[in-house]
Amino acid sequence: MDTIFAQATAPGKAGVAIIRISGASAFEGCARLTGPMPAPRLASLRTIRDLAGEVLDTGLVLAFPEGASFTGEPVVEFQVHGSVAVVRSILSVLGQIPGFRAADAGEFTRRALENQRLDLTQVEGLADLVDAETDLQRRQAQAVMTGELSNRVQAWRRNLVDAASLLTATLDFADEDVPVDVMPDVQALLEAVADDLKVQLAGAVAAERIRDGFEVAIMGPPNAGKSTLMNAIARRQVALTSSLAGTTRDVLELRIDLQGIPVTLLDTAGLRETTDPLESAGIDLARSRAREADLRIWLSVDKSDVPPDVDLSYVAQDDEGRSSGISGKTGRGVPELLSQIHVILSSRISPDRLAIRDRHRRGMQAAATHLDEAFAMIRANSDIELVAEEVARSAGALAEMIGAVGVEDLLETIFSRFCIGK
Amino acid sequence: MKHRVIVVGGGHAGVEAASAAKRQGAEVILVTMTARDIGTMSCNPAIGGVGKGHLVREVDALGGVMALAGDSAGIQYRLLNSSKGPAVQGPRAQMDRRLYRSAVQDAVRRLGIEVIEAQVRDIIVDRGVAAGVVTEAGDTIRANAVVLTTGTFLRGTIHIGDHTESGGRVGESAANELGCRLYDMGLRMGRLKTGTPPRLDGRTIAWDRLDAQPGDDRPTMLSFLNDAPAARQVDCAITETNEATHDVIRRNLHRSAMYSGNISGKGPRYCPSIEDKIGRFPDKTSHQVFLEPEGLDDHTIYPNGISTSLPVSVQEEYVRTLTGLENVSILQPGYAIEYDYVDPRSLNESLELLDLPGLWLAGQINGTTGYEEAAAQGLVAGLNAARRCLEMESVIFSRASSYIGVLINDLTIRGVTEPYRMFTSRAEFRLSLRADNADQRLTPLAASWGILDDTRLRAVEWKSSALDAARAVLSRQSFTAREARGAGIQVSGDGARRTAMSLLSIPGVEIDNVIELEPEVKHVAPEILAQIARECIYLNYVERQSAEVERLRRDEARAIPEDFDIGAIHGLSSELREKLRRSRPTTIASAQRIEGMTPAAMNALLLALRARERRSATR
Repeated sequence: MDTIFAQATAPGKAGVAIIRISGASAFEGCARLTGPMPAPRLASLRTIRDLAGEVLDTGLVLAFPEGASFTGEPVVEFQVHGSVAVVRSILSVLGQIPGFRAADAGEFTRRALENQRLDLTQVEGLADLVDAETDLQRRQAQAVMTGELSNRVQAWRRNLVDAASLLTATLDFADEDVPVDVMPDVQALLEAVADDLKVQLAGAVAAERIRDGFEVAIMGPPNAGKSTLMNAIARRQVALTSSLAGTTRDVLELRIDLQGIPVTLLDTAGLRETTDPLESAGIDLARSRAREADLRIWLSVDKSDVPPDVDLSYVAQDDEGRSSGISGKTGRGVPELLSQIHVILSSRISPDRLAIRDRHRRGMQAAATHLDEAFAMIRANSDIELVAEEVARSAGALAEMIGAVGVEDLLETIFSRFCIGK
Repeated sequence: MKHRVIVVGGGHAGVEAASAAKRQGAEVILVTMTARDIGTMSCNPAIGGVGKGHLVREVDALGGVMALAGDSAGIQYRLLNSSKGPAVQGPRAQMDRRLYRSAVQDAVRRLGIEVIEAQVRDIIVDRGVAAGVVTEAGDTIRANAVVLTTGTFLRGTIHIGDHTESGGRVGESAANELGCRLYDMGLRMGRLKTGTPPRLDGRTIAWDRLDAQPGDDRPTMLSFLNDAPAARQVDCAITETNEATHDVIRRNLHRSAMYSGNISGKGPRYCPSIEDKIGRFPDKTSHQVFLEPEGLDDHTIYPNGISTSLPVSVQEEYVRTLTGLENVSILQPGYAIEYDYVDPRSLNESLELLDLPGLWLAGQINGTTGYEEAAAQGLVAGLNAARRCLEMESVIFSRASSYIGVLINDLTIRGVTEPYRMFTSRAEFRLSLRADNADQRLTPLAASWGILDDTRLRAVEWKSSALDAARAVLSRQSFTAREARGAGIQVSGDGARRTAMSLLSIPGVEIDNVIELEPEVKHVAPEILAQIARECIYLNYVERQSAEVERLRRDEARAIPEDFDIGAIHGLSSELREKLRRSRPTTIASAQRIEGMTPAAMNALLLALRARERRSATR
């Protein structure tokens, strides 16, 4: 297999840039640029030269032997000056070494997966970790990446296998000395799993929100000052604001980190009756986005026309703070609004949030549904082989989650999301 | 000679191998040490059971010998798991050993199989291909294909207490030279053990003090072609061990061959000796013992549940502690037997040795236990051996359509760690692989291979069309929830109309309920209705499973080329690489079932295969 290389740090000018090389001939190939590899995991300062001997840069070289690296293969890292030209020249020299080539998107992680350094959920956790922008996102991704989800799923599967083996004993050893009524034990095992699944499923919505951000819609009649408020929050010009009613025809989004919680603020078109087809389309979009949002905030000058389905309502354009309202212009009331949003969203975050992907949620949901089906059968005194079938299906749904069969498409999706060099 | 198949061994595997090869059109020679022992049941006098009964029905559906011979010798029939669903119900019958043996020998004669009495010493190998056998007497018999079914005879060693002797069964010599010869070929081999209980004299048992265990009122036959037992039916009886029994055994445990360290082979966990039962479950104060008659004119009783390798004097002492056996005399002591087996991962899915084409192995030599497992393998090996001689394509059984497929795939891909026995839980599609539909699943296939006479095919065709007609009657109308409730069927009033078929799939609904709604059903034959009712129980499941069956079939269709270089797969642990090399899966489906196979490893394999396809496409 080829030895692959890529810049591991973000492209562009920086203090330090890291280049990662992984593959069977990483050590001997890199030695042609730097001289013999340093002792494993020991950073050494080396001169990096091209194949003709011309100096490209000096930098730290680290070598990780096979079996003790991120990918499981021999890995070399160059920490060089973060100059675009230096990095480009080193990458070009690496490309000249036989058996070396630039890594494809996600290829380092794929090799880690293939060498069983990570399992599927851990890869997903890693992807989320790399994408994490807020503290909560980081912690959630880290839990999954370190294997908390896989461990939990394994434990559930063990319980299901125990239950299945009890059922099997009564089916396949009919004529022998086996306990006649295994159902109480089976039920206890299944219930333990079902209860756990319920807790995780309840936390799944929050987990997905933490990953993708909570949506908070700012609504209100035209010209109430919604875009001005957004601007105040962003402290920069994100939405086109003017005093002409009906300016915002699209839904504009602003992503903020609200003390660790990722929030997307939606600036919706002013809601009013209009004959302008373009504006009317904008209003429809605004309404539907607002309906799906996690939180709806109503802004209006006149407090009397607040619709019933909003979560918070404020008096707008309260520049002097006379009616404890909000003003985007002076910034009055904005910190209070943000802390109010934080309080409400925090209360929705469950501590049990291992299902960070829709895929995990669906896997757990399927497992739970099969268990419910099994309970119903036990209650109805159905044939044992059917109960066993449901238990097997439940276990199968869990197995698929940590990556058993039918994962090929999934792998493609996961890896297409990766940037080179992670 | 060109179309000749030699079968070595006259047990259950050997007989089915000879029968299948003969029916496929080969000239068949069966070589056995003693012709009058063909069809001998060396262990318990019963055929069938849960999982095993499924195999018997499948062998029968393919035109095999076992079920028909069994029905002409059956002296007690019980459908196991009859209180559970049809998928896990297995027919089982007690045999009159003598009747069974003579029925098998009749079948061999009728099929026109030539029997030669000799001990095989060696396999003739011509340019890397098996081409016949050499007998002890030095005669050579040449053939195009050889099927070895040597059971426990390969370097068999019998243990009773501290007494050890060479032998394949008590009183019969072992095939040591052949065993050594297989070792010389460099095959990976291992050692297994199994045991038997002492045989008792029925005339010395106090039957009146024991609980009788009768057969079913309406016996379920082993063969699809039979509807009633041929022999007189008898009862078995049940007794049990007690503290006194356990005391005797515990006191003498060190004298058991199993515990003396003399035995290296691994025994089956699901068939432990009485020493094991007492050693491993010290809290259990009693174990059931089934007293099974070995024949109508035979006083021998087989006490199922107390196999042992204790010295004879201890066996005598402990059996007499059991109720009803106080004065029993032992006709033949129990013993443990150790024997060689060949790692079945050395075989392809037609049971031919990967490293020695032309040589097929079937039965206990492949690490299995049981008559039924042996018969199923014999059929597969004999059939494919004949097809090779006749230049026909080999026949592979799928896990999706038969227990035979499950058995062969498990053996050749996963290998064995203890004597392999069939269980319904090994079959992932057990809800559709039932004993009652083996004929519909397999008989048309067998007919297309040309190994069946018309009788069976006609019977299945009749049954299939009767089933289709019945299904049509049951689906032609649909009923409202109210109508259904009127017939005593509890359904929710969700506004949906249901056919009689879907009403039958509701737990608790019987044919009688449906007859009220659809009187036409009365004209359908009862056995056809019974089968439809069994089918309906799993209707929803079987539909849901069809996607999985489809996936399996697709994976089975994705071949791994024979010359594919395992070394070309990157990112495989050396352990998995070794396992792939060992069992050489020929399809993706099989590769997936290798022990320890991870999704990442599967992915690596798929990538390597794709890379290879790309390369050959550009060439």
